[in-house]
Amino acid sequence: MDSHLLSLITFMPLAGALAILFVPKTSTGLIKWIATGVTLAVGLLTVRLMMLFDGAVPDFQLIEKALWIPHFNIHYLMGIDGISYPMVTLTALVSILACLASFSIKEREKEYYFLYLLLMTGMLGSFLALDLFLFYIFWEIVLVPMYFLIGIWGGARREYAAIKFFLYTLTGSLFMLLGILAVYFNATPHTLNLMELTRNTYEFGFQKVVFLAFFLGFAIKVPIWPFHTWLPDAHVEAPTPISVILAGILLKMGTYGFFRFSYPLFPEAAVWFAPALSILAVIGIVYGGFVALAQTDFKKMVAYSSVSHMGFVLLGLAAMNQDGFNGALLQMFNHGVITSALFLLVGVLYDRAHTRDMGAFGGLGAQMPLYSGLLIFFSMASLGLPGLSGFVSEFLVLLGGYQYSRLYTGLACIGILLAATYLLYMIRRVLLGPLNTQWSSLTEINTREIITLVPLLILTVAFGIYPKVILDVMAPTLSALLKVMGGAA
Amino acid sequence: MNPIESLHLFQGEIALLVGAFAILFCDFFIHNKKILGWLTLGVLIGAGFLTAVPHQSYGLFFGLFQLNDFMHFFRLAALGIVAITVLLSLSYQGLEDHLGEYYSLLLFMTFGLILMAASTNLLMIFISIEFVSILSYILVGFRKKDPRSKEAALKYLLFGSVASGMMLFGMSLLFGASGSLELAAIQQRLLLPDFLPVTIVATIFFLAGVGFKVSMAPFHLWAPDVYEGAPTPITAFLTVGPKALGFAILIRVLLMAYPALGNRWSAIISILAILTMTLGNVTAIVQSNIKRLLAYSSIAQAGYILMGIAAVSKIGVSAVLVYAVAYALTNLGAFTIVVLVSNHTGSDQLDAYTGLARRNPFVAASLTIFLLSLAGIPPLAGFIGKFYVFSAAIHAGFLTLAIAAALNSAIAAYYYFRIVRVMYLVPSTETTAMPQPLPLMLALCLMLIGTILLGIIPAPFIDFVQTSLFL
Repeated sequence: MDSHLLSLITFMPLAGALAILFVPKTSTGLIKWIATGVTLAVGLLTVRLMMLFDGAVPDFQLIEKALWIPHFNIHYLMGIDGISYPMVTLTALVSILACLASFSIKEREKEYYFLYLLLMTGMLGSFLALDLFLFYIFWEIVLVPMYFLIGIWGGARREYAAIKFFLYTLTGSLFMLLGILAVYFNATPHTLNLMELTRNTYEFGFQKVVFLAFFLGFAIKVPIWPFHTWLPDAHVEAPTPISVILAGILLKMGTYGFFRFSYPLFPEAAVWFAPALSILAVIGIVYGGFVALAQTDFKKMVAYSSVSHMGFVLLGLAAMNQDGFNGALLQMFNHGVITSALFLLVGVLYDRAHTRDMGAFGGLGAQMPLYSGLLIFFSMASLGLPGLSGFVSEFLVLLGGYQYSRLYTGLACIGILLAATYLLYMIRRVLLGPLNTQWSSLTEINTREIITLVPLLILTVAFGIYPKVILDVMAPTLSALLKVMGGAA
Repeated sequence: MNPIESLHLFQGEIALLVGAFAILFCDFFIHNKKILGWLTLGVLIGAGFLTAVPHQSYGLFFGLFQLNDFMHFFRLAALGIVAITVLLSLSYQGLEDHLGEYYSLLLFMTFGLILMAASTNLLMIFISIEFVSILSYILVGFRKKDPRSKEAALKYLLFGSVASGMMLFGMSLLFGASGSLELAAIQQRLLLPDFLPVTIVATIFFLAGVGFKVSMAPFHLWAPDVYEGAPTPITAFLTVGPKALGFAILIRVLLMAYPALGNRWSAIISILAILTMTLGNVTAIVQSNIKRLLAYSSIAQAGYILMGIAAVSKIGVSAVLVYAVAYALTNLGAFTIVVLVSNHTGSDQLDAYTGLARRNPFVAASLTIFLLSLAGIPPLAGFIGKFYVFSAAIHAGFLTLAIAAALNSAIAAYYYFRIVRVMYLVPSTETTAMPQPLPLMLALCLMLIGTILLGIIPAPFIDFVQTSLFL
């Protein structure tokens, strides 16, 4: 089993999805059990992965390789290292929690869980594939279930949001496909194997063009300002569990792409584009913060806060030093955890009140004390309260950014101020003040919902107090990557 | 090779002709016309068994035809495409009379398509193209009582005749300049620099004629009306059959003219490819009739295939073959569902597909897979085709062409998803169960399996394509 662990992790959800097809659509209980069982099994397999994975080794581990399409020298190639490892565990964890949160979905469940599991295969595969062709396939597989999940189970403007998400990401990835082909024909020997491709060096002009092609694909996914306009629509219209997946995992696929492909393949271009990236990062941080501040819709506020927080990841990437990289990757993980929790909390409130207008609430602190406690906790984590995980990663990014450019780092700090402002403003409007009598019948958060939040809470505290656990796994790979980049600079 | 020896290698084709006449004859005393359809299918399968992989090149009938692996590839494609068309026709409710003639015409059509793939002589090329065209005109107008069908046939005939005339004029120039009808001989003569202007003019005229067959812009104007008016199985056939064989001829002509024309060829084809895919896609967006929508989509798909021809390389020609087959599988699959739905609802409007996911999840899921494949989403057949044509363009360094194709693919995804949206996101109005006749389900499953398998395990198929190349 261990020799095919990565394939098992990736294709287990697909097998579950196919199994669901054979269950009659009326036996919804069984369908839910299969889906939850599969996500839990993937979780167990990642526990096994934890035992096998050696964080001190910077190279790819548990590699699986088989020739697939010899005419293009395409391999089925999977492997894991310190960059993908946190992402895979994050995916496994968030998928379990979002699956539990999906129990509130009551219509067309068979289709829902089928698509959900298909989506999971796509995400896990994207983080594990080391052949560009294989990576592209998984990357695209993610789009299709996402279209349906937003389009069928979403809010009022779901159709618009779904097709907008689909077309934006598809356009970006088509340019990435052109970039992939360009790399293929420029490598000697022609290959799409990432490990062999990184051994090639490419001419500087070529690097710049192809970096841009990949950039379009990844930037739309992150999303980096000004490619972010699909995000508020998709996040707001998507049902709660899917918003969680979107914010918790999908956005990370974009920044993961920078770490995994853009940087090691085109180090010189990456250095050349770093100033542009950091400007976009700072714009994203500040712009996202201001727009989040202006929102009255709870979910939209969290969505725009994602634009702001993902800007920190990009800033860390642009800084190109150990602290920046560590911070960026850690921020990807932490943001995944914290924002997932916030989206779950928004969902809890929406399920009860059927509105997300923050102005309509007020005084819920007395009505739902436990809920309020959790909301305040995760808001604090999101705004970067020391002692919680969000602080560590943003601090590291700023530390890295400071060594790179004081100006941009200073500007990025505005984003932290803004985060505190919009989150505290939200707490004031939703939880404090006199209770709006309209909501006097709202019930407290239930056990299932609490179960979905507890693991996230534990991680937030644990990585806030002792981030070394996860940093030790990431740092060796990141410093190896930095060496590749440094050699070029 | 003399005619007697040639006949030996021509058994499959002879079987088709014999079968065609036999069907006409049987029509007199078989009253259940479905039997004729199954007989036709039997003839096609039998002809398939009688053809063997040639493994080397033979010049049949004193060199009028060339039997080689390339021709064999298209021969199998023609047999397969017509076989699926027969399956669609068996359950299509729009055809009532003269079914005996209908099926025998389809067999003659197969024969014509194979001749198109085999011709290496200008005269034979012209005759086989005309043969296929005239049969197409008749089949398009087969619903005699439907004015749209008649209009379509007449339009097709008029446009087609002009195109044929232009092609013939181009051929006459080539013949006049070189004094030969053999492509190989013409190629040698045209290498002389004095012949360049004649070659350019002749190639453009030739291109107009074949461009008409493959619905290349600006010769595509007939396509939407004809595809909409024709009986649906014939529409399905026209969007893949003559198109694939048209590309076979285009490749032959390309190989003839390229040494003389060089990069001029690529420039012309690139521009036409961009024009074709853009016009097709942009017009498809606003269609509300699924046959018209698929018609414009098939124009756009022809544009992608042209990318492979523009690239003029081994990878480019492989791309054409791979894309053509992937496209044929997918498009025939999509049209199978169009027949299913129009049998049930009597309508080809997009509205007829509302809530299909509820009424018949399997059919809706299949159509979704076909549309995703047309949009080039992995891991389906259409993606392998797209990957190939994109590779050909990038390999040849045609960056503008590649970017135009990428943007076009995104536009195309928009209108393919309009159909998906109607099926999945709009609640159903119709509640009765959809009948699922055996021939249609058989065709559907075959195409579905093909579309998925070709996407996941393309290697054996690519092997087959590469052995078929005569480069």
